[in-house]
Amino acid sequence: MKSLNRVAIALLAALLSFGASTSASADKTKVGFIYIGPPGDHGWTYAHDQARLEIEKELGDQVETTFVEGVPEGPDAERAIAKLAQTGHKLIFTTSFGYMEPTLKVAKRFPDVKFEHATGYKRADNVSTYSARFYEGRYVQGVIAGKVSKSGVIGYIASFPIPEVVRGINAFMLGAHTQNPNIKVKVVWVYSWYDPGKEADAAKVLMDQGADIITQHTDSTAALQAAADRGIHAFGQASDMIQFAPKTQLTAIIDAWGPYYVARTKALLDGSWKSQDTWDGMGEGMVVMAPFTNMDGDVAALAQKTYDDLRTGKLHAFSGPINDQSGKQVVAAGAVADDGMLAGMNFYIEGIDGELPK
Amino acid sequence: MLDLIIPSVMTMMTAATPLIFAATGELVCEKSGVLNLGVEGMMLIGAVFGFIGATVTGDPYMGLIVGAFSGIMASLIFAILTLLLVSNQVATGLALTIFGTGLSALVGANYVGETIDRIRPLYVPNSADGPSVAQLFFGHDPMVYLGLLVLLACAGFLSRSRWGMILRAVGDSDQSAHAIGYPVIQIRFAAVAFGGLMAGIGGAYLSLAYTPLWAENMSAGRGWIALALVVFASWRPIRVLFGAILFGGITIVQLNAQAIGLGIPGAIMSMLPYVATILVLVLISSNAMRVRLNAPACLGQPFRPER
Repeated sequence: MKSLNRVAIALLAALLSFGASTSASADKTKVGFIYIGPPGDHGWTYAHDQARLEIEKELGDQVETTFVEGVPEGPDAERAIAKLAQTGHKLIFTTSFGYMEPTLKVAKRFPDVKFEHATGYKRADNVSTYSARFYEGRYVQGVIAGKVSKSGVIGYIASFPIPEVVRGINAFMLGAHTQNPNIKVKVVWVYSWYDPGKEADAAKVLMDQGADIITQHTDSTAALQAAADRGIHAFGQASDMIQFAPKTQLTAIIDAWGPYYVARTKALLDGSWKSQDTWDGMGEGMVVMAPFTNMDGDVAALAQKTYDDLRTGKLHAFSGPINDQSGKQVVAAGAVADDGMLAGMNFYIEGIDGELPK
Repeated sequence: MLDLIIPSVMTMMTAATPLIFAATGELVCEKSGVLNLGVEGMMLIGAVFGFIGATVTGDPYMGLIVGAFSGIMASLIFAILTLLLVSNQVATGLALTIFGTGLSALVGANYVGETIDRIRPLYVPNSADGPSVAQLFFGHDPMVYLGLLVLLACAGFLSRSRWGMILRAVGDSDQSAHAIGYPVIQIRFAAVAFGGLMAGIGGAYLSLAYTPLWAENMSAGRGWIALALVVFASWRPIRVLFGAILFGGITIVQLNAQAIGLGIPGAIMSMLPYVATILVLVLISSNAMRVRLNAPACLGQPFRPER
């Protein structure tokens, strides 16, 4: 019994000293990131990671960052987020829609930790949401596709039927219809944000069915590469993917999270952080288009003009008249869709065949 | 219609090829009486080392050799544990899967986002001509042909050659084979190594030809499908071919159905390949007698020589 007591005391002493030493080294503020995929996806997560590096570059003397990658949306997410909160991180970015409930749950348990949830719509006192108006980029892509496509069929690799994805499809087709009113889109739902095998399969199938432009709302470069193999033009997603398809990428929507991340970290450091909802677009520089490549000069000029007009606010992607699939007018002529309709969009616009999965 | 069928069949064959490799290897392994559940891990190890080999040397075929070799190495860990140290085959196989998944993720972490020159088809027709029957027969990449060749070679080896018969004897009655004087442990070692070789090639195919990139867990459960395919095929190689094409085919068909706009919920279509596998397994197992007749009698049992 005596030796057991000694062991117990030794263990306790070790634990206490360990605890003391870790708290002593916490001079820098810790900022944590939860990623749904790997930074190497060169897509969605890569863009967030680049922004994280911007924080380190600008505020590296006061802030140190940690990231956890490949966290599935589900019960495991709660564990991962809680782990970051428990280990002294004061600001945590959860970078995928499906982390909404886990973030809120952990936020309740740790009221003095601030959370930033990407692309979500539920907030709390210590949970902010932020998103980018990717749909503006989709509109530009649609304009390009409408002008460039010879077969008149677009291949769209979609992930989950949530408003953000549906908005993207609608914006893309609105842009495409301005160039080719009869253009069609074929949508394949892969029910994953990141699954290179499935994305490549979906791209091949869409091309087999006659699509000569491929676009995606999934995170890897696999679809772009599969299209490049057959010489089919495609769009990069969330980051410039030109190195993976130098001869076939037309452009890419680049998510420029850096300025927002740095601003929020600064707000945390000087105590002015408040829960808010941010939905910035091209005008604020959160959505940037990659250089327009592999297209004729007149297409590039048209794309640049569309981009500039969206940036200055002269053009709005969802400006009326817009009808939904049943022919009912949802946006009147001369008006633009308000944020409420955009945030909850769960219908296809007119001109898109096929049913939206529930 | 023809210009949809031909590309679909070609895509089906590429989807089936990793399954053909992995299932053929596992079939030979199981025929010798060893149940190796580590196929998923070995495929991932083959995929990551194959990809690294291709990135470092610049040649995808070099990568293929590296991937195949790494598959053999992974299976040898399993072989030493189960054949020499007589550990439980099921547990060791599962451990190999978990090990393979983790090791591949660790080793591959620096290679996510790299690109390589992929394995290309031998005959690339003029794209303006559209799909043709010639393309259907000659336009696949070399691995598809290799997979079919290996499958046929294994079928011939197991049913007609002397060593094939000895292998089957070891799997059906290891004590008798030992009594006659055949080196049971060595034969099983060779069978396990062959299984690892095939799983390594199947995995390397994924990262070198199917989607020329490395992503964690990129086999996405194909190793488990390959295991099920062996049972599905009643341990007969030609049936493995049908099973692999069926599984690969359903995956592609469901994507095609979505793109055509048939309106069946995508989630249900994603389930189809797995549901089909389960259905066939249930049908085959319904005749318990037939299952007992075809399965190697000593499958999964450790060999302890009596004398």
